[in-house]
Amino acid sequence: MTMKRKAHYLLGVAAICAALPAGAQESTDPIRLTLHDWTGQLITTELMGEVLKAANYNVEYVQADYLAQFAGLETGDLHVAMEMWETTGREAMDAATATGKVVVFGPTGMKAKEEWWYPIYMKDRCPGLPNWEALLEPACAEAFSIPETAPKGRYLGGPVTWGGFDDERVDALGLPFEVIHAGTDAALFAELESAVQREAPIMLWVYAPHWAPAKYEGEWVEFPEYSSECYNDPSTGINPDLAYDCGKPFGEIWKVGWAGVADKWPGAAKAIEAFTIDNDDMGAMITKVDLEGSTVSDVVAAWMAANEATWQGWISQ
Amino acid sequence: MADAALPAPIPRPKGLVWLLAISAFLVFSTWGASLAPWAFEMPRAWQVPFAETLSRFVKWLLNDASFGLFTFAELTRFIAAILDAPYRLVLAFLSSGSPEAGLPPMSWIGVTGLAAIAGHRAGGAPLALLIAVCFGFIAVFGRWESAMVTLASIVIAVPIGIAGGLAIGILAHRSRFIARAIIPVLDLMQTVPVFAYLVPILILFGFGPVAAIVATLIYAMPPMIRVTMLALSRVPAEIVDLGRMVGCSEPQMTWRVMVPAAKDALMLGANQVIMLSLNMVIIASMIGAGGLGFDVLSALRRLDFGAGLEAGLCIVALAIALDRLSQAFAGLKVNPATGGTWLSRHPHLFAGLCLLTLTYLAGLVWPWVETFPVAWEYTTGDFWSRVMREINVTYFDALEAIKTTLLLNLMIPVKRFLIDLPWLGVAALLAFAGLQLSGPRLALLTGSLTVLIALTGLWEQAMTTVYLCGVSVMFAMLIGVPIGIAAAERNWLWVGTRTVIDTLQTLPSFVYLMPAVMLFRVGDFTAMLAVVAYSVVPAIRYTVLGLRGVDSGLVEAGRAMGCTEGQILRRIKLKLALPEIMLGLNQTIMFALSMLVITALVGTRDLGQEVYIALTKANAGAGLVSGLCVAFIAIIADRLIQASAARMRAGLGLADGGRHES
Repeated sequence: MTMKRKAHYLLGVAAICAALPAGAQESTDPIRLTLHDWTGQLITTELMGEVLKAANYNVEYVQADYLAQFAGLETGDLHVAMEMWETTGREAMDAATATGKVVVFGPTGMKAKEEWWYPIYMKDRCPGLPNWEALLEPACAEAFSIPETAPKGRYLGGPVTWGGFDDERVDALGLPFEVIHAGTDAALFAELESAVQREAPIMLWVYAPHWAPAKYEGEWVEFPEYSSECYNDPSTGINPDLAYDCGKPFGEIWKVGWAGVADKWPGAAKAIEAFTIDNDDMGAMITKVDLEGSTVSDVVAAWMAANEATWQGWISQ
Repeated sequence: MADAALPAPIPRPKGLVWLLAISAFLVFSTWGASLAPWAFEMPRAWQVPFAETLSRFVKWLLNDASFGLFTFAELTRFIAAILDAPYRLVLAFLSSGSPEAGLPPMSWIGVTGLAAIAGHRAGGAPLALLIAVCFGFIAVFGRWESAMVTLASIVIAVPIGIAGGLAIGILAHRSRFIARAIIPVLDLMQTVPVFAYLVPILILFGFGPVAAIVATLIYAMPPMIRVTMLALSRVPAEIVDLGRMVGCSEPQMTWRVMVPAAKDALMLGANQVIMLSLNMVIIASMIGAGGLGFDVLSALRRLDFGAGLEAGLCIVALAIALDRLSQAFAGLKVNPATGGTWLSRHPHLFAGLCLLTLTYLAGLVWPWVETFPVAWEYTTGDFWSRVMREINVTYFDALEAIKTTLLLNLMIPVKRFLIDLPWLGVAALLAFAGLQLSGPRLALLTGSLTVLIALTGLWEQAMTTVYLCGVSVMFAMLIGVPIGIAAAERNWLWVGTRTVIDTLQTLPSFVYLMPAVMLFRVGDFTAMLAVVAYSVVPAIRYTVLGLRGVDSGLVEAGRAMGCTEGQILRRIKLKLALPEIMLGLNQTIMFALSMLVITALVGTRDLGQEVYIALTKANAGAGLVSGLCVAFIAIIADRLIQASAARMRAGLGLADGGRHES
């Protein structure tokens, strides 16, 4: 702890000395990266931040809410948000970029997956899974029910703010399920943990990259493949009268930031645009932190030591 | 008070009139739907788009509002910069050090020692020990750095809250006009959920700790203003007259006469500012304050219950240390020592400064003095997760049965009943209650606020709110009042109870909300448990306050006349304590309403959820409208209960401190 802090001071001093010759036109003001409240995002952000520090930029981490941060990105109080999920943040992202004050720094390389998910032991009680048509069987739906929803199955959806169109999907596909919305993802996974401990029935919204699919054995339900026509045009898909008769989209995870970054720190903007990492690397790091008890800083340092050529490439353009 | 004008034997609220009104209301609710469907569901065409208007106003305020020389946004940014500078300084001192200059922050031993020395100055060795234990607890559980970040924002927010509250309170005391204008604003500040105004604050003050400090101030300052107004108006007339006679000027009157005379009450206000600031730690961490609140949130996202509880208890430890310290300083008699050297007059200050300097220098040599060594840290690890697992596997079915019974037989029927009520009928009934309990003014207020809620188009969410809070308040009173009665009689029980309720008030509810989700799933039942756990606190506190305040002469008289203990309790004590218990009910409702935002996190579909959705979509207008609806419900409940408590007090002959006359 202490050694690390000492190292930070030294680094800070070194940064001030080195900053002048390195990039005369670049600002020495801190670049503010936002931290949210899930581990994957903390890792992505610290990875970017440490790489920028290695390139002698002054970096500051700021705690901010995932969606509320756009207010800060527009005014330039905050500068970079490393994870904006296509699946949950698209609406807010489009609204922000429309103002012209926020820009997208391209994809992170990670793909967001979100879908209905069940623990593996549920396969015995509903043998047709993972094909979604198995859920149409009344016996199968009942296997997923609780007293308040019986005979319908219970599906625990994400917080209302995540969207996802699950109520519409249940309607369009005629699934005998009731959609209950959890208020936060902590509540979502608390229910999952509880159910798995008792091997009790549960069907819920799980997303990746996340520690849950790594910790618990289970599968995603396979719905008819997503297409934008299926969401927008009722006549496409299995149900001719309703839209949303298909699964959820896979999506990019985007990097976004304040429009002024490229002018103020041109080199940093290039490095942020160059940043990519894939799902497997990220999944492994999340597992190390959430399930094996490492700290985010240690995991990031280990990745940087092992992949020096990769991140040197981002900053040396 | 107006009660004095009432005739001595108060005519009981006319039972027959009430019966008629309630029957008419029920008849209309049951069979009126076909006659006047518009009275049940506000027609879309009548709904007023308050949210859009407010959003447009906020946008205007941010982009265009100008005072000529500078814009509104520039003003708020200027204020933010003023707050930011001292915050950075304190943060550097306590937590971050100065990386540019290569300087570390203060040593943990130095900070703990300084707090303990302050405790010794104010409350002697026992307090010094208590504070050292609290800070030691934080260090041992490995939360020192987070706690110092939290402490830094508290150190900035609390003095501003106290000074600002005092200043506004004094102004309101001097001018009737300001007092009239400020009271409704205070009501709104205390009842509009914080999430509702977070978005405008973030935009105005920028992202980060300063916005969190501003939000904390809005939430924590009102009690200080209220207490100041009340305390100044209670200063005995003789003291004021004396001040006049010796020819005090206006400032002298205020600072040399009034404020010192009201000091005890003012310190109560200061204490409330500290407690409420610590209540905000979790919400503040969501918008950039970091610290202990962030530790709690991130631990629970990993379902690490042990770490969440540890971080939560560190917030409690910090609250206890600061609370006891401020109370001790309040009780201190100031008698400035004269003579001797500076050193002999200020031994504590000198010792504190010495300790800080020495530990700081020592920290540069020995790292363990500067930062609490990781090897000394302790954690409960996965102990709590294992306990949860044990309970979950063993008792889930039994708990599920209890939950289902309560849900099916009580909660769902109440919810259906309330949601089906016509808004017009509810407005009429509440106006009638206002008229009966107080007069036409109250009737107008309660009736029109109800209609306003209906006009926003959020009627169903509002009734869900009423249902959730109503059921929770009922349970909180059923649990809290008996505990209060038992604790009021027995000192040892009260000491224990107080520790528990202090903890419940400052422990972030998130810490027990997530384990509750594991046992009871998301939904109204879990939400109710969290609301009851928090709102039981005032139910207990005010019951004890009321019972302890009963004139012992009356109890003695009862005993002399041969009353049994049970009779004394029922016929004398509870009856005389009823006004305080009613005030407790009032506060229980307020606490329950303030928990709504938290319960939104376990998936309720009430006004709290609307506020939360608006926050995550950065929709300032929608958030403010839903927040104001919560405030209206709170104001209606508050005014009706106060009016009936005033009637009761008058009925008991207790009006205006008349306790001693009876």
